[in-house]
Amino acid sequence: MTAVPRSPVAPLADAAESMGQPVARRSRKPFVQRLEGWLFISPWLFGFVFFLAGPYLASMVLAFMRWDMGSTISFVGLRNFEYLFLEDDLFRRSLLNTLYYSVFHVPGVIILGFSVAGLLNLNVRGIAVYRTMFYLPSVTAGVGMAVIWVWLLAPNGIINAVLKLVGIAGPNWLIDQRWAMPGLILMSFWSIGTTMVLFLAGLQGVPQQLYEAVEVDGGGWLARVRHVTVPMMTPYIFLSLVLNVIGSFQVFTSALVMTSGGPDNATLFVLLHIYNNAWGSFRMGYASAMAWTLVVVVLTLTVMQFQIARRWVYYEYRDRA
Amino acid sequence: MSTATEPSAATSAARQLGMRVALRGGGSLIAYVALIAGGLVYTFPILYMLRTSLTPVGLLFADPPVIIPWPPYWQNYVEMWNEGLFPQWIRNSLQITSVSVVAETTTSTLVAFGFARTTFRGRDKLFYIVLATMMLPSTVTLIPQYLLYHALGWVNTFLPLIVPRFFGTPFYIFILRQFFLTLPKELDDAAEMDGASRLQIFHRIVVPLSGPAIATVAVFSFMNRWNDFMEPVIYLMTPDKLTLSVGLRWFTGRHGTEYHLLMAGALVMTAPMIVAFFLAQKHFIRGIALTGIKG
Repeated sequence: MTAVPRSPVAPLADAAESMGQPVARRSRKPFVQRLEGWLFISPWLFGFVFFLAGPYLASMVLAFMRWDMGSTISFVGLRNFEYLFLEDDLFRRSLLNTLYYSVFHVPGVIILGFSVAGLLNLNVRGIAVYRTMFYLPSVTAGVGMAVIWVWLLAPNGIINAVLKLVGIAGPNWLIDQRWAMPGLILMSFWSIGTTMVLFLAGLQGVPQQLYEAVEVDGGGWLARVRHVTVPMMTPYIFLSLVLNVIGSFQVFTSALVMTSGGPDNATLFVLLHIYNNAWGSFRMGYASAMAWTLVVVVLTLTVMQFQIARRWVYYEYRDRA
Repeated sequence: MSTATEPSAATSAARQLGMRVALRGGGSLIAYVALIAGGLVYTFPILYMLRTSLTPVGLLFADPPVIIPWPPYWQNYVEMWNEGLFPQWIRNSLQITSVSVVAETTTSTLVAFGFARTTFRGRDKLFYIVLATMMLPSTVTLIPQYLLYHALGWVNTFLPLIVPRFFGTPFYIFILRQFFLTLPKELDDAAEMDGASRLQIFHRIVVPLSGPAIATVAVFSFMNRWNDFMEPVIYLMTPDKLTLSVGLRWFTGRHGTEYHLLMAGALVMTAPMIVAFFLAQKHFIRGIALTGIKG
């Protein structure tokens, strides 16, 4: 370790010490310390004010305005929200679409992630290879994955070819308005990477004694999962739920790249609808109002989950009678 | 590890194979099969993309299907290269990504150090704000930010994509702060006794010890910036300014059913990710686990 420079007063302190005086080595003046602290976090502070708090406030104001980026900007009160809730059919559709996706995506990803994590928790030889195999699709998320799945879900693509092998006539997936969303949901089951790793970390923290206790009582594999694994994992399941619900409301890339919200608005997600209004039609005020509504919906769902969590999430430190 | 029961014969045999028995009886075999089958299913899309990208268009829908095209039809890549603006897009992506990664990693490290290793009033309250911003959807800020950049004349430039990276990213700040908190405070104190400033403690002591954590953040950052789609789509207008992600979408719009070309493009897009993943695998998975663990 290289030597750290000494302060100017260090020689004085040395001298005092050598004369037998007890010297409390003081650190630099508290004020300088505090200032240094502020300096270190100043980038974040600046960014927070100008790129987050500022825009947040501006957005709140914009939601009550009508502006098409031209020269006129006018105050329209609650008109945006009125249109949003009472007249915009597409918004209602987009909300339903997003919920449809969420209802299948979130449980699916959690169950899959949990199961795969359980598998990956076994100390089988070469487990690192399997871990990589399951995690790899998550690495390619985004446009790359979307394009791959456009091919996989093609009417004459591999998924339909496999279905044909078992005698099922595959649908036209992304071109069929009844099957486009199921196609996207199916694709989303390949992105279990982060959920799976989260569960893996949790599983490795479950005390071995609990499993052995079940074994002593004659319980088999299922009993172990039911009585030990799942209860101990509830905090992680809860975290996954919250994060995945939030994530499902921010689907954008796959919808825009694969279907542009179609066919016939079947895959129009809320975020995509906002995008269309802001950068398609330049209805900046209206889009802001919609963005805020989305945030409120997501926050409400999150808070609801936290409330319900008290009933079913078990934390280690809570005493059991 | 104490066992209260006599291990059965199957258990002992399985133990000899080096497998920790989590399932009784024949369960272990099922696990093995599930692992292999599941692994193949999950890697299939990527392998299939690779295979399709090397298949000449005539053989795409051949019956019986061609499993591995031989010889590999590299011509697809040439065609893709010429049809789109891939060289330009890749150049753009590289420029934006490299600057962003350096900026994000550096500033996040500095800020995380501030939250972990300095003291000032309101420090912890401010950190809770950092945490809170992680949970907020970015939807609301998109439009005002766009209007800000529009007013500055930055639309259709790389600036809106790069400038915000110089102010720290909450997620990385969180990871790095957690890591810094695990370093013994005695190191700081010893240096302080000798009159070192916080900055000196930072770059002489803490940073050299934080290699793995900083590397993890850099890899995460690279992946996210390379895959970034929404912001580039909003800010980049002309085809020559597009990043690879937006360019690939542009290309898909024009060559929608030429799957051999699409897959070639997809491979160019995903290959750096996969390579980076393999190089940084250890750091990667550890980094994600760091965020999910309580406290």
